[in-house]
Amino acid sequence: MIQHNLVKVGMADLNIATDGAILKTTGLGSCVGLTLYDPIRKVAGMAHVMLPSSEIARETKMNVAKYADTAIPELLDRMLAAGAQMISMKAKMAGGAQMFAMSGHTDSLRIGPRNVESCTAMMLKFKIPIISQDTGGSFGRTIEFDSINGMLSIRSVQFGTKEI
Amino acid sequence: MSLFNRFEAFELDVLKEVGNIGAGNAATALSRLLDKPVDMAVPKVSLLPFEEVAERVGGSEQIVIAVFLRVEGEAPGNMFFIIEEASAKRILRQLVSIDIEEQEGYSEMELSALCEIGNILAGSYLSSLADFTHLTMAPSVPAIAVDMAGAILSYGLMQYGEMGDSALLIETTFLEDRQSLEGHFFLIPDPESFEKIFRALGVVSE
Repeated sequence: MIQHNLVKVGMADLNIATDGAILKTTGLGSCVGLTLYDPIRKVAGMAHVMLPSSEIARETKMNVAKYADTAIPELLDRMLAAGAQMISMKAKMAGGAQMFAMSGHTDSLRIGPRNVESCTAMMLKFKIPIISQDTGGSFGRTIEFDSINGMLSIRSVQFGTKEI
Repeated sequence: MSLFNRFEAFELDVLKEVGNIGAGNAATALSRLLDKPVDMAVPKVSLLPFEEVAERVGGSEQIVIAVFLRVEGEAPGNMFFIIEEASAKRILRQLVSIDIEEQEGYSEMELSALCEIGNILAGSYLSSLADFTHLTMAPSVPAIAVDMAGAILSYGLMQYGEMGDSALLIETTFLEDRQSLEGHFFLIPDPESFEKIFRALGVVSE
């Protein structure tokens, strides 16, 4: 079976996949692509997190998929509804780069590392182990997450494709 | 994003004019540098969902060269000068006689030259805009990246992330010799800056 069903996850978006479908998100810069997987029930989930915390949200119609602290609970809910179980959940993540190295700026330009920190803290809170990650650096990533085996494939311009 | 829903057609026209003046000066600067005529497209002002911003330069995964400057001062924002690889090589050849071998990647010298070109163009864009609006707008030290358009541009959208899923950007494309050299300017003012730009130009919003 070569023809896989591709489920696109946009920026500040999340989705789940089962039955061999592949989750894909493109052009991760400082955003973090966090994936969750239940290897027993083969339920995969992916969130394209843009900002670390919803505390700063000023929007009227809140997009929960945008912030690490709201996207992860939502993703978990949807995966549990699809049959996944907390106990076997494993996490992987990629992204959180610092695209431009600039001096004289503080927090707003450290957004990538802060996204990673926030996702890590959420995993700790839900007691989900992060089994592998490819974060940081100063380059963009496109990722694909396979719901058959939980492999996370990461492609970047400089380093080609790797799987974690 | 309720803030932008109330933008009137004439206010968008004002922003187009902002792009016109800034990029017009930048195009003149580029034309002088290259000693060739440079054409400019009519600026586009659009409120775009994050997903679609990168589509403007060929899609999220398109590899582009981007010079990024943070605009500081009374009307802060983010500015990108984006060129495709083929155009970058042509600029380097014409301008600094660096002949790019057909190898992958760029040397530090080549990136530095491109960064400086972006800096000159962005500087002329912003200084003409600052003159026109009487607002202080100072560019930061430029930074350059060669990477996926989605990864690069999302960096300039963070200020909008807090308040919605779309960003307002002023886009100008210029061309030299029809298609052979194409560059894009994106000015993405911080959400708070619009009020100041409008007021500076005598557009009183209700």
